[in-house]
Amino acid sequence: MTAIDSDIEHPIDYGVREAAVQQQTQDNGVLPSRPLSFADHRAYYSALPTPDRLPLGELTAMLGHAGLRGRGGAGFPLYRKIVSVSGAARARKIAPTVIANGCEGEPASHKDKHLLWLAPHLVLDGLVLLGRELRAIRAVLAIEAGAPNGKGDLVRRVREAVNERDVRQDGVRIELVEVPGRFIAGESAALVSTLNGGPGLPSYSEHSVRERGVGNTPTLVQNVETLAQVGLIARYGADWFRDYGTAAEPGPQLFTVYAGRNRPRVVQAAAGTPLWPLIADAEPVDAVLIGGYHGSWIPAPLARHARLSEAELDVPLGAGLIAALPAERCGLAETAHIVRYLALESAGQCGPCLNGLPRIAAALEQLADPHHASRDQSLLENLERWSGMVEGRGLCHHPDGSVRLVRSALTVFRTEIAAHRAGVCTGGDRRPLLPAPLRDHAGDHAYAAH
Amino acid sequence: MNSSILWYVSQATGIVCLVLYTIVMLLGITVAGQGALPGLPKFSVVALHRSISLLSIAFLAVHIGTALLDSYVNISLVSTVVPFASSYEPLWIGLGAVAVDLMIALVVTSLLRGRISPRFWRAVHWLAYAFWPVAIAHTIGLGSGSGGLISGWGLWLTLACVLAVAVALVWRVVVQLERSRRTPAQVLQTTRSEVRV
Amino acid sequence: MDKRLSTELTVDWAACKGHGLCAELLPDHITLDDWGYPLVSGPVSAAAAKRARRAVADCPALALKLRAAAREPQSS
Repeated sequence: MTAIDSDIEHPIDYGVREAAVQQQTQDNGVLPSRPLSFADHRAYYSALPTPDRLPLGELTAMLGHAGLRGRGGAGFPLYRKIVSVSGAARARKIAPTVIANGCEGEPASHKDKHLLWLAPHLVLDGLVLLGRELRAIRAVLAIEAGAPNGKGDLVRRVREAVNERDVRQDGVRIELVEVPGRFIAGESAALVSTLNGGPGLPSYSEHSVRERGVGNTPTLVQNVETLAQVGLIARYGADWFRDYGTAAEPGPQLFTVYAGRNRPRVVQAAAGTPLWPLIADAEPVDAVLIGGYHGSWIPAPLARHARLSEAELDVPLGAGLIAALPAERCGLAETAHIVRYLALESAGQCGPCLNGLPRIAAALEQLADPHHASRDQSLLENLERWSGMVEGRGLCHHPDGSVRLVRSALTVFRTEIAAHRAGVCTGGDRRPLLPAPLRDHAGDHAYAAH
Repeated sequence: MNSSILWYVSQATGIVCLVLYTIVMLLGITVAGQGALPGLPKFSVVALHRSISLLSIAFLAVHIGTALLDSYVNISLVSTVVPFASSYEPLWIGLGAVAVDLMIALVVTSLLRGRISPRFWRAVHWLAYAFWPVAIAHTIGLGSGSGGLISGWGLWLTLACVLAVAVALVWRVVVQLERSRRTPAQVLQTTRSEVRV
Repeated sequence: MDKRLSTELTVDWAACKGHGLCAELLPDHITLDDWGYPLVSGPVSAAAAKRARRAVADCPALALKLRAAAREPQSS
């Protein structure tokens, strides 16, 4: 499987910019300014709490009080997942598995890779802590095979970090697993399938992954940023965490920001931060994509005045993508470009998704082309029809997330749609802004015959 | 009972089984390929496939039973399920026993279909593609009823059955090839080209 | 009249090939989308339970399942 970038190269800018954070206590923040060795890591963050300092159950309580939610996109409260997995483990008398998901299948998102590059041991700390807390039989860090990195080999860096760990001190042995890169590779059921030796695609099961996952054990899958936060909360406490952000959306968060410069950057911020300073360099701006490719567009006026928070923006922050679309670009063309990628990344297993997403992608391409949009009156109707048909019908949420993006585009780019149907595009620059690496999956056992 | 009558009944029910099982194969291939029979809803095709296979068991039982009872040839009960254990025509009777064994596996798993894992049921059901040719071979070997291979109208009937299933198989393979080509990329391409009208 | 837990029909989407028997057997509960795949509406009424069990048994792909009443939304 080769990675063929059909679009613009986006080497990540590894300068970390601290956006205006509400409050900061005696810590150094989540991200260091340069890659840390294991010794530097212990100095920078302080030593990992030993088991006697953190008896079983206490970490879970702290995480509950902190209100940490998953940073992989779904935003599910970590506390509830831990309780669910440990409950299943107790009930079935089977030791659970903990997985750190560092796959970051979202092409536009770099925060996970950035975090793994700068502070891999913080992620490993989190994995060790949860492994101890759950008395896991296995702790796995999953990353994308041959993950590209602007400054060298990320896989090698992470492997070195894993090898530096002392099992006797940690109490947990960490395994590193490389997973083929595709958009849905990091989806929990797909990841579990890979670790079970399967094709790395979601499969039907009566039970959730939390009940029966890797090797039939109760399995906890967490994004690497979430685990880094666990590593910090264990050291500094839940109150430290809650000092950041808002009451409903606490804690520091990492974001990948595309704002007018040539390269995206990873920013450390928190809910409640004004959004505009992050995207000011991109002005004038048409709209901003929030979350990821399963996220939502928000209109420029909202982006200028609102704060970065799900409550104010009324959209999930998802995987932390903030991508400002400059006014001279065409929002419909950009969305069509992204949705084409999403359609091609479908596993192709489930009839509705296999049939619906490519059709939605094709219709968006036409809508993005004023020449076609002015001739075909049924495009919007078809888009709505097919969106309704793929939602909720499949083994994973890929179609649902894709439909969310499509619907937000149809709302936010209403005026552009009207212009296109009149045969005119208001944006002069139709080049795609965000990356959509075309990958050849033909070698994978991806597509089931339908 | 008159030996000749038993023997003729065995031959006759054997030919009936040939036809019935051929129809069962054709119906099964139709369902698997998502084909339709004119005027029949799909659940009827499935129901027919099931009912005719069960009906065939009745004829098969008579076919075997009369052969066992017939004193003219020596076929033991054991040799109806243990292949090549018969002293009379061990090869052809043996193939019949193989067919019986496969048929038992197919029927038992299908009766338990909701209760066993779908993957296991499907794996065993593939044996139908082994069962039918073996039954055909058995028919060709013993169908003349008096030594030597099947001939005359029996041969023509057998060839007609083989032809029918061969055609159905070609159709099935074509359907499968088309299905496996359907990827998101292919659907996208097809939809786009449909648009450029 | 015995009170039964309402049951619901779920689809194994990887197994489903769009044969369409389920829609033939349960026309008030299942219709087919543009591509032949089932659109399931609502839980199965007690009156339809027998036909639903038949549809589950007859599905050539064994993709249709009958479960006890809906669980709360799951995250993995």
